[in-house]
Amino acid sequence: MKLTLKVWRQKNKADQGGFVTYPIDGISKDMSFLEMMDVLNEELTEKGEDPIHFDHDCREGICGMCSLYINGKPHGPQQTTTCQLHMRSFSDGDTITIEPWRAKAFPVVKDLVVDRSAFDRIIQAGGYVSVNTGGVPDANEIPIPKKIADEAFDAATCIGCGACVAACKNASAMLFTSAKISQLAMLPQGQVERKERAEKMIAQMDAEGFGACTNTGACAAECPKGISLSNIARMNREYFSAVVSSENM
Amino acid sequence: MSWVTKTLSSTLGRKLFMALTGLFLILFLTGHVSGNMLLFKGDGGEAFNKYAQFMTTNPAVKILSYLTYISVIAHVIYSILLTRKNKSARPVGYAESKASTNSAWSSRNMGVLGTIILIFLVVHMQGFWAKMHWGDMPMVTYEGETYKDLYQIVQFAFQNEILVAGYVIAMGFLSFHLSHGFASAFQTLGLNHVKYSPAIELIGRIYCIVVPVLFASMPLYIYFTS
Repeated sequence: MKLTLKVWRQKNKADQGGFVTYPIDGISKDMSFLEMMDVLNEELTEKGEDPIHFDHDCREGICGMCSLYINGKPHGPQQTTTCQLHMRSFSDGDTITIEPWRAKAFPVVKDLVVDRSAFDRIIQAGGYVSVNTGGVPDANEIPIPKKIADEAFDAATCIGCGACVAACKNASAMLFTSAKISQLAMLPQGQVERKERAEKMIAQMDAEGFGACTNTGACAAECPKGISLSNIARMNREYFSAVVSSENM
Repeated sequence: MSWVTKTLSSTLGRKLFMALTGLFLILFLTGHVSGNMLLFKGDGGEAFNKYAQFMTTNPAVKILSYLTYISVIAHVIYSILLTRKNKSARPVGYAESKASTNSAWSSRNMGVLGTIILIFLVVHMQGFWAKMHWGDMPMVTYEGETYKDLYQIVQFAFQNEILVAGYVIAMGFLSFHLSHGFASAFQTLGLNHVKYSPAIELIGRIYCIVVPVLFASMPLYIYFTS
């Protein structure tokens, strides 16, 4: 395959940045998108140019590290992570536009790498449960109905990649935050910090400068893990019931 | 900050205001469209004029009307506050975006639709509501009692094809606004469940067509029958 890549290049946070066009040849349809990027970076390195920086880690679709806004969609045309996107989703001669996630809360570090530590701070604000240290507890010590366990697990499959923020016209982090609140709110282990969790995580989400949800559903449509909008409704319930019943004045 | 102000100024608190005022305005629209159906009665406007008199003088309706004004104003103010936050959340936009593949047009353009509806509302209220309250109204007598003849004002206004066209087009925008707003308000209130969400969505889809069509049929009916 022969392609034209329009890639966002930006030296650092302060740099204005801009698109640079790279022609690339000899790409196999079986390559993953990131392997195609590796080929381009090898060429750039051989030419003595600065390779394109992009985030990636497991390349198995489970770590949430890869990003990239490809041809107007987060993680590209398929509903999957960029590392699981293959070049067979494109045609010979295509021009592919590659941009970083765009959000005030996700500042560009370099090229296509954005700082997603805002998500970490939302988790730190309350996305945890307190447990007693000591021996490993017995499996099934706390009985949880299968349906609830499944639902909590569905929410827990969120890998925190930020595609929801990237897709949302308001750069809202509500799908992410609601998944993280939901996975714990549904389980017995999450009950101790339940109210405080909803209040603190939402306060942190607001403080990070993410937008407000307008229920367009773009986040759920683009989420590589298929996190459902019902989590956002649950988060709203958790929040409104927490503020009228928690100890925090 | 107390917990009340903190909650109400959070994004979720502001969204709560949007949802509650939006739902109240949906209730208002339902009442408004039902009452105005009297225009079709063909009694020379007697029932309509009596209804209009009742709506402007009854104390219980007065309270509801003030709630409606407050809802409109709050809905506008909170939408501005939220839109400003949303715009600031993405200072640098995308060069290429395929939003149409993941969301409905109306859901992404609620602010634009709302602004058009607000402009319509100003024109609409200036034409009928302000006249009814403070304007120089023709009078009519039924069974010895005099009433303001709002029916005549309406009949006269909708002889103007530009006004009729404007009303019909505005109802189109209202339909798009409701097509997203109706179900969205319930989602914001946290009401999302397999038991009733399909019903809410269905009612929303019916409502966003039936109510604007009924409203739009009024100026069209008057224009083509008189």
